[in-house]
Amino acid sequence: MQRDPTLPLLFAALVVLLALGPFLPQWALSFVSVALYLGIVVLGMALMMRTGLVSFGQGLYYCLGAYAAGTLDHFYKLSDLLLMVIAGALVAALVALILGFLLSKYRDIFFAMLSLAFSMILYGLLVKTSELGSTDGFGLSVKTFAGIPLTHGWVRYSIYAFSAVLAAIFTAGIHRYLNSHLGRLAGAIRDNELRVEYMGASVRRVIHLNYVIAAALAGVGGALMAATIGHVDPETTANWTTSGEFVFIAILSGTGSVLAPFLGAGIFEAVRTFALQYFPNTWQMTLGITMLLVIMFLPGGLWSVFGLRRRST
Amino acid sequence: MACILEARNLNKSFGAVTAAADINARIEQDSIVGLIGSNGAGKTTFINMVTGYLTPTSGQILYQDRDITGMPPREITRLGICRSFQIPQLFNTLAVGENLMVGVGIAARSSRAAHGQERGAEQSTLVEQLIERFNLGGYRTQAAGLLPEGVRKLLDIAMAVAGRPRVLLLDEPTSGVSADEKFRLMDMVMGALKTAGVTVLFVEHDMDIVSRYTHRILAFYEGRIIADGDPQTVLRDAEVRRYVIGEQIHAPATKETAGAAD
Repeated sequence: MQRDPTLPLLFAALVVLLALGPFLPQWALSFVSVALYLGIVVLGMALMMRTGLVSFGQGLYYCLGAYAAGTLDHFYKLSDLLLMVIAGALVAALVALILGFLLSKYRDIFFAMLSLAFSMILYGLLVKTSELGSTDGFGLSVKTFAGIPLTHGWVRYSIYAFSAVLAAIFTAGIHRYLNSHLGRLAGAIRDNELRVEYMGASVRRVIHLNYVIAAALAGVGGALMAATIGHVDPETTANWTTSGEFVFIAILSGTGSVLAPFLGAGIFEAVRTFALQYFPNTWQMTLGITMLLVIMFLPGGLWSVFGLRRRST
Repeated sequence: MACILEARNLNKSFGAVTAAADINARIEQDSIVGLIGSNGAGKTTFINMVTGYLTPTSGQILYQDRDITGMPPREITRLGICRSFQIPQLFNTLAVGENLMVGVGIAARSSRAAHGQERGAEQSTLVEQLIERFNLGGYRTQAAGLLPEGVRKLLDIAMAVAGRPRVLLLDEPTSGVSADEKFRLMDMVMGALKTAGVTVLFVEHDMDIVSRYTHRILAFYEGRIIADGDPQTVLRDAEVRRYVIGEQIHAPATKETAGAAD
């Protein structure tokens, strides 16, 4: 049997990212940071897709994570990166735990639209809340990591490095999870819920669990985004266009590997940057064409390129 | 012998249609029971009620003297009543081995308290045993959605067996299987179950198969059980011949059956 290259690849990528970081120019550091936090969100989306569900409202948890991190600094003067990420994950997971009781009853378009509805409710609330800056949001800054003060020049690298470490840990964790009994159940549920119930397992409980895991990952992604950008607002977090971007990246990546979301997020960010630079008025069209090409030629997502190559050798 | 499954005055109606009317049956442990009847006679409704997919309008189902009426399929499966399906219900994108692994994994978890959780290696051994007993070795890594129909039926039954049933309900195990393959399939299934001490109820339309493999037959007609007894007696019963087998219409009655009809 062929050995699974995922974990060695992951470890190598982490070492390279950590080692290269201090020498990267500002724009490259930002670029990789964005790919990492978007990738973490999409990792959770991919887990849901393996269970057969596509959420059009993952921005809900991304936004909760971002605002949890933001409020810690803005209102409580707790500017600790580790604390922000933990808060983001916990708030998102808690809300998902509650909403999951309702959402785990729904499938297909009903699940997608209901999750979208919840994210738009949060968007509406934030826009009306002047204490949280309404549509403008508010700024935040990171000063410490686990209580250790970060010297000014190293704040960006610290956020970048922490994002990389977290991305690696979560990717390895999800990889392990997918190869466990519960991970296999996800695929079984996507294929045939009736049979899963008739074999004695609760479909809703597995969906609920995966939903909470995906939400926690989105919360972490949101908190890392807030720390990286230094600003949170409703438009770029809870609005449906953000949730749409996550779906976009998830389809671009495919569910072929746990590494795919990071590749997808990187390419998405590269295309968007490129398109904004050269076609500022029609950049969405460039994204649309990219999506069209992927769906037409690589229906399994970008990651299927590696599968094709392996099959031909 | 001890009674493992009992139906008491079961009724089920869908609006004006009566799918089960006053069903009473006691199934003995380790017996093999055939359920016969024309389409719409209530065989599958009976299976669906026993496995919890349908809740009876009235009546009771007892399993090992415990009332299981109205329990969901998941919990009934955990108690040891498993079923296979007339149209195989598989995980089409998963390989044959993975399909079985899901079943073995669920069973290991739901019986954790009783057996102590099995390790991954032991679960793989159980999967290998199932693959061997059901002769699925050649298909191990193939996606279930791409298998020929006869193999899909076998896998469907193997998945039911993976749940370690005490009572196994097979809904038309040989439908969709070619005539010359039917006996081979039934030999394999019954051989795989013989050692396990499983009570089997199966729905079947082929009377040769029913009489060869069962100890007892329940004949259904319009939601009622019209005959219940050993295969020879039931298959000679006049009502069964008229409503289920249909021989009196298609072929001249033998002396025996003509006598029984009087």
